[in-house]
Amino acid sequence: MSSKKQKKLTPVQQEYQEFAKAREPKRPVLKNCIRAFLVGGIICTIGQGLMWIFMNYFGFDEKTAGSPTVAVLVFLSVLLTSLGVYDHIAQWAGAGTAVPVTGFANTIASAAIEHRTEGFVLGVGGNMFKIAGPVIVYGVFSAFVVSIVKVVIKMLGGV
Amino acid sequence: MLQGYQSWVFENKPVIIGSSAVGGPFEAQGNYAADFDILHDDLWLGEDSFEKAEKKMLEQACEKAIKKAGLKKEDIQFFLSGDLINQIIASSFTARTLGIPYLGIYGACSSAMEGLALAAMIVDSGFARYALAGTSSHNAASEKQYRYPTEYGAQKPPTAQWTVTGAGAVVLGREGDGPRVTSATIGRVVDMGISDPFNMGAAMAPAAVDTIEAHMRDFNVDLMQYDLVITGDLGKIGRSITKDLLKKHGIDIPEDRYIDCGATMYKESQPLIPLIAGASGCACVATVVYGHFLNRMRKGELKRILVIATGALLSPMSYQQKETIPCIAHAVSIEI
Repeated sequence: MSSKKQKKLTPVQQEYQEFAKAREPKRPVLKNCIRAFLVGGIICTIGQGLMWIFMNYFGFDEKTAGSPTVAVLVFLSVLLTSLGVYDHIAQWAGAGTAVPVTGFANTIASAAIEHRTEGFVLGVGGNMFKIAGPVIVYGVFSAFVVSIVKVVIKMLGGV
Repeated sequence: MLQGYQSWVFENKPVIIGSSAVGGPFEAQGNYAADFDILHDDLWLGEDSFEKAEKKMLEQACEKAIKKAGLKKEDIQFFLSGDLINQIIASSFTARTLGIPYLGIYGACSSAMEGLALAAMIVDSGFARYALAGTSSHNAASEKQYRYPTEYGAQKPPTAQWTVTGAGAVVLGREGDGPRVTSATIGRVVDMGISDPFNMGAAMAPAAVDTIEAHMRDFNVDLMQYDLVITGDLGKIGRSITKDLLKKHGIDIPEDRYIDCGATMYKESQPLIPLIAGASGCACVATVVYGHFLNRMRKGELKRILVIATGALLSPMSYQQKETIPCIAHAVSIEI
């Protein structure tokens, strides 16, 4: 917990935090890391395999094969999400399924499924990007900042 | 009648003449499956939304409790109910179906005992011949309400709990056979500064301890006079914290006399319920007490129990605004 947050708590509350913390199981960080490494690695290997197939059998080159590969991975992720399997894999894999593009597809598909009962416009349309929205907003914003930095460096005669 | 600072004694000892528990697919595989009146193998219950499914379970629980009491719904004067969906729609929509004069309550997962205590007060004071108290929760509906979409793959920490899909209801009357509600202690809101909504057990434990202490003080009793002390949905972690906190405050309770419904609801081996510290939700304490423990009382296995239902009074918005989690607990004693 940050020290700023800690300061707002009374001494009794702080004492209780310590008391409770001693009785809570910790997140198994090492185990989670290993699992994330394995599953994330497997997903990326599948992606690599798909890319190889697209390059060797469908006439894509290294630059263009990326798009159909991502499309297939996204499709698989959405399929597993809609079959209700993805969240169970994710509970086991943690960041392994969250970080690759499959995790991103899962956020959108799961929110869309969840809010289907409120209709296509206010439900699906309005909530689809509930979790993915911030990723897109700040992803685009950081890309913008990074490109400005790049332009400035170029103008100053850098690489 | 008021006893001590925050407790009520029900002098006429309202009788629980009918009780019911309805559960979903996960509960059907759990430890208390045999004590449910109705179990569903489908989370949707054939409805087209989880909210409607929850409402249907609450309707079934109410109808079953009324039927078991040998009454018709016209005989019941008041219906008290609460749940976890925004604006407690499961309760209010059930009240629409039942057509019984209705008081909606909200105490998060403590709603079960809040409802029972209030219903007992209404019946005890003679303001009603019969009162019905119910509550419900639905795993997917609560996840949607409080956390993420159900199919979203976010890893839950080991302190997280699993919301029970189910509903429970009781019919109280002035006369009849069955367990009697003898007293209640209304809890204060306690906030010990926990802000992690995936750690409800630790957040709610101090509220449970506060209410237990208040109950002991107001009635000048120790916990040994109860065959069983039952907390609602603290889960495994919350239960161990509660036990240690009680010990710290000089209250010792033997391991076999203290049960937490959340910690015992599911089996370790149950598939699809990830690790997790136990069960939670309004229906957790409601189904286990109104099903399992009332049945055991009727069989004579238990004579006196103290049920403490705990609730976390947060909202998704208060959590996003970085507020800590205020918690509450209400205790009700039942005797036969």
